[in-house]
Amino acid sequence: MATTACFIIVSRNDIPIYEAEVGVAAKREDAAQLHQFILHAALDVVQDLAWTTSAMYLKSVDRFNELVVSVYVTAGHTRFMLLHDSRNDDGIKSFFQDVHELYIKTLLNPLYLPGSRITSSHFDTKVRALARKYF
Amino acid sequence: MIGVGKMKQYSNVLDKPLTKGKQEVSLSAFAFLFSELVQYNQTQVDNIGELERRLEDAGYAVGARVLELLCHREKGNRRETRLLGILSFVHSTVWKVLFGKVADSLEKGTEHEDEYMISEKELLVNKFISIPKDMGTFNCGAFVAGIVRGVLDSAGFPAVVTAHFVPMEGQQRPRTTILIKFAEEVLRREARLG
Repeated sequence: MATTACFIIVSRNDIPIYEAEVGVAAKREDAAQLHQFILHAALDVVQDLAWTTSAMYLKSVDRFNELVVSVYVTAGHTRFMLLHDSRNDDGIKSFFQDVHELYIKTLLNPLYLPGSRITSSHFDTKVRALARKYF
Repeated sequence: MIGVGKMKQYSNVLDKPLTKGKQEVSLSAFAFLFSELVQYNQTQVDNIGELERRLEDAGYAVGARVLELLCHREKGNRRETRLLGILSFVHSTVWKVLFGKVADSLEKGTEHEDEYMISEKELLVNKFISIPKDMGTFNCGAFVAGIVRGVLDSAGFPAVVTAHFVPMEGQQRPRTTILIKFAEEVLRREARLG
């Protein structure tokens, strides 16, 4: 499917610990930077929204032209942010839940420092496979 | 045939399912491991405060992970946003999973608004440990205090957590109390959320 999407995992201290450009369409060089800029700008909105609800999936919190930012906040306040242009809410929710499981498994590693970058290539492969599966 | 009935071998930990697995761990194995942890740290530090801080840091790492895992497993992906919610989460769910029982009591401090206490008659980690007189007020419950601090800190409720012995009349061993003192911003946010 020709959807652009940029997926970022941001830690509790507002440091991105994982980034991936998924989707087929985005090929311009500045597109990647624009995506990151939009996602960082959305962090403020997420901060306020996260304390108003006890759900983890926050649906779409911000818009930019036709691109929508959807966010999922975990118990440890790690944010999974997805910038996309599709309208597939259920698919995105399932994507977030599966990535959440992967994240927990990464976190359980006693040698992984919470809040540091996720460098495992296996993690990267799995996230991209999930992205292809859900959109 | 050899291999039939064996559990599936996963090549990477990310492929393993997140099931509960065996709920029980040998108490003696844990007590041995914990005693080695304390002894190892004793050789590395010069004073008691440093030793307590090291045990707390070890517990902090556990707490951060326990929070994420338990919210996913036990609470069906719902986060805690309120103070009482997170405290009762620690008091019941975390204690139940880690020590097999709910904590003995959860009390609000009388002198200060931001203090709460979780008490336990006999903390599991202190069960087989006796403190020599010359170590004064040292409490190995600092490890559990670290776990609680890890859970609270990761959930967005920064706090100073310490473990204290409280002598009880009529009982030989003192009760252990985990004292939780929340940071200013937590109380401000609680007031704002109403």
